[in-house]
Amino acid sequence: MSKTLLTFPKGGVHPRESKELTEHLPIETLPIPEEVEILLSQHFGVPCEPLVKKKDAVTEGDMIGEVKVGLGAAIHASVSGKIKNFTTSANPVSISSPSIAIETDTGAKPRGHTPCAWKDLSRGEILEKIKKAGIVGIGGAGFPTHVKLSPPPEANVDILILNGAECEPYLTTDHRLMLERPEEIIEGAKIILTLLGIQDCRIGIEANKADAAEAMNKASQAAVSNGFRISIDPLEVKYPQGSEKQLIESITGRRVPGFGLPFDVGAIVQNVGTARAIYEAVVLDKPLYEKVITISGRGIERPANLLVRVGTKLSDIVSFLGGTRPDLAKVVMGGPMMGFAVPTLDIPITKTTSGVAFLTDDEIDTTPHSPCIRCGWCIEACPMGLSPNEIGIYVEGGRAEETSQFGLFECFECGCCAYTCPAKRPLVQFIRLAKMKARK
Amino acid sequence: MWTVVVCLLPPLVLSVFIFGFQTLIITLISVGACVATEAVSQKVFRRPITIRDGSAVITGLLLAYVIPPGVSYWTPVLGAVMAIYVAKHLLGGIGFNIFNPALIGRAFLVATFPVAMTSAWLPPIRNAAIFKYMSSGVDTISTATPLYVLKHYGIQALTEKFGTMSTIYGDFFLGWRPGSIGETSAFLLLLGGLYLIYKKYITWHIPTSVIVSIAFLTWMFGGKTLFTGNPLLAVLSGGVMLGAFFMATDYVTSPSQPTGKLVFGIGIGALTVLIRLKGGYPEGICYAILLMNPLSSALEGWFRPKRFAPEKGAFK
Repeated sequence: MSKTLLTFPKGGVHPRESKELTEHLPIETLPIPEEVEILLSQHFGVPCEPLVKKKDAVTEGDMIGEVKVGLGAAIHASVSGKIKNFTTSANPVSISSPSIAIETDTGAKPRGHTPCAWKDLSRGEILEKIKKAGIVGIGGAGFPTHVKLSPPPEANVDILILNGAECEPYLTTDHRLMLERPEEIIEGAKIILTLLGIQDCRIGIEANKADAAEAMNKASQAAVSNGFRISIDPLEVKYPQGSEKQLIESITGRRVPGFGLPFDVGAIVQNVGTARAIYEAVVLDKPLYEKVITISGRGIERPANLLVRVGTKLSDIVSFLGGTRPDLAKVVMGGPMMGFAVPTLDIPITKTTSGVAFLTDDEIDTTPHSPCIRCGWCIEACPMGLSPNEIGIYVEGGRAEETSQFGLFECFECGCCAYTCPAKRPLVQFIRLAKMKARK
Repeated sequence: MWTVVVCLLPPLVLSVFIFGFQTLIITLISVGACVATEAVSQKVFRRPITIRDGSAVITGLLLAYVIPPGVSYWTPVLGAVMAIYVAKHLLGGIGFNIFNPALIGRAFLVATFPVAMTSAWLPPIRNAAIFKYMSSGVDTISTATPLYVLKHYGIQALTEKFGTMSTIYGDFFLGWRPGSIGETSAFLLLLGGLYLIYKKYITWHIPTSVIVSIAFLTWMFGGKTLFTGNPLLAVLSGGVMLGAFFMATDYVTSPSQPTGKLVFGIGIGALTVLIRLKGGYPEGICYAILLMNPLSSALEGWFRPKRFAPEKGAFK
């Protein structure tokens, strides 16, 4: 591809990618665990209300929780078996979170899927299928997809952007999906385009995934002849290329206003994994209860790209991959830039988990942080044009409430500032604290 | 930090060749005194001991670089205590100092030992006799800096003392002139400074605005009539290069925003020229930087970065 690489206008950093650990490994399927814990809240919005009782028998794909009022997405049994109990699971963000534990019936038959002709469905039927399948933005944010795909009529959406940037270090799930299942992603894109009544789809892929871009390009050729305009846009390798607002500007040159949403500039962004989940929901009637995740880092015996059931515990994955290495120092859910360190392996995978990094001492920096020296590197690195240094100083000085003047709520916590800080200041943590205090 | 130290070493090597071996001793004493003061101060204030971060080493080097080569060996010790204990740790330690510590050290020495600090200049040695001044003593051979000659005797006297203008440009660019230990070689300082910019430790904004504004304002006001001053001589003499690349760019005491940096640099340039032309001292960059230092937090507030997508109205 001879296109020039697209990128966003300001800030960004180049962390060590570390994708070589897993980018060449085909997706393997994790054996079904003996027990799963399915969180009631795996999305942006209100937690689900359970639809099952203790000791109920469920089969794979059954809806077991639903949001009746407000923003949310349904949850489904990821295995066939018996509801063991209602419990709480460890959660990297909210410490603990209510969940439903299911004991697997090992003798159960796997759920079959017969493809249907989605072109015969009405828009309303497609949207209903997506809603029923509990699809959320699986790139990380977890925003309910059926809501995102129903923009207000005045929004005038004219472009769909598929996010295949995968700029976060270590993660290779989108990479492998684009390489191994490009047709399904393109089919998903076509469903979304049909639903929105538009023709244009641009797929942004960072230039370090040339093989994936090639596969996607091939798969998109067939769709192009069908009246859709689907093109692959190679992106410069720069973090946070995959951030929604940055991606929109990289590809279309349009800038989403502060507190605005992508449809304010006529765009809708979906992760490539979400597009594939939409394909499965609409064509195969398969709810979102399986997820490809990357298990990587030099602290795990065997790094891998795994297809796992939602609710699988990290401990089951670790034992499948041969355990951890003795020099393991930190386990981070998500990638090292935006992820959350977790204190336990007794923690379930959710719909939005894209990977887990098992990091050794060599891969993390444990130098204690020191006072801000006002070098301004964080200001240069911030893709939103904020002053993370000032926010940090204000938070340390007990004046967190006054930091909205520095654009606190425009921050999406990409971590570029903390990555570049020579004083190793935990700027993202300062910002999260400031947000909590300023909201009160 | 250690990259900055490496970038500062070539001028020291040159200094040993042109001002003699004692400049190395003065520099080592200055660095040693700064590191020791840092350790003791941190102990006193119960702060973590961070002498390994190189910050005190840089202050020590810079302090030595702005004092004349003919001072006595205890002079830098006093300067170091002033720089590290008073200007840095009494104000809260690294990150909290308002003024550039090394320059506070120098300002203190100029105020307390005015004679030594303004007259212990040595003429450059041309035959690499680096132990010359150690054996002969310095009192009898001290000389005057180009800026002193220029201020008090005019351009005529300058060419009589240092040769034709083209010789002067060449010598001053390479560093063959009387001056403070580390300030004489515009070439070596430029080399170190440009490397720091290339490695992105500093940005071009402050050095460029300082140098350009000094050149421009000297050209404008430095001659007998408007626009007849000598801009090249102005930036090759005194501590302009050292100040512009290594002093004014100190993170803690300068703004972190491009626009703020430019204004900061222009302020330094304007004050330097004002002091040089109208003030009592022949050289002004030290005080110009010290006067601009406390303004940097205000500049930070006045010139905020351009927000990518600012919210309208109050936050939600």
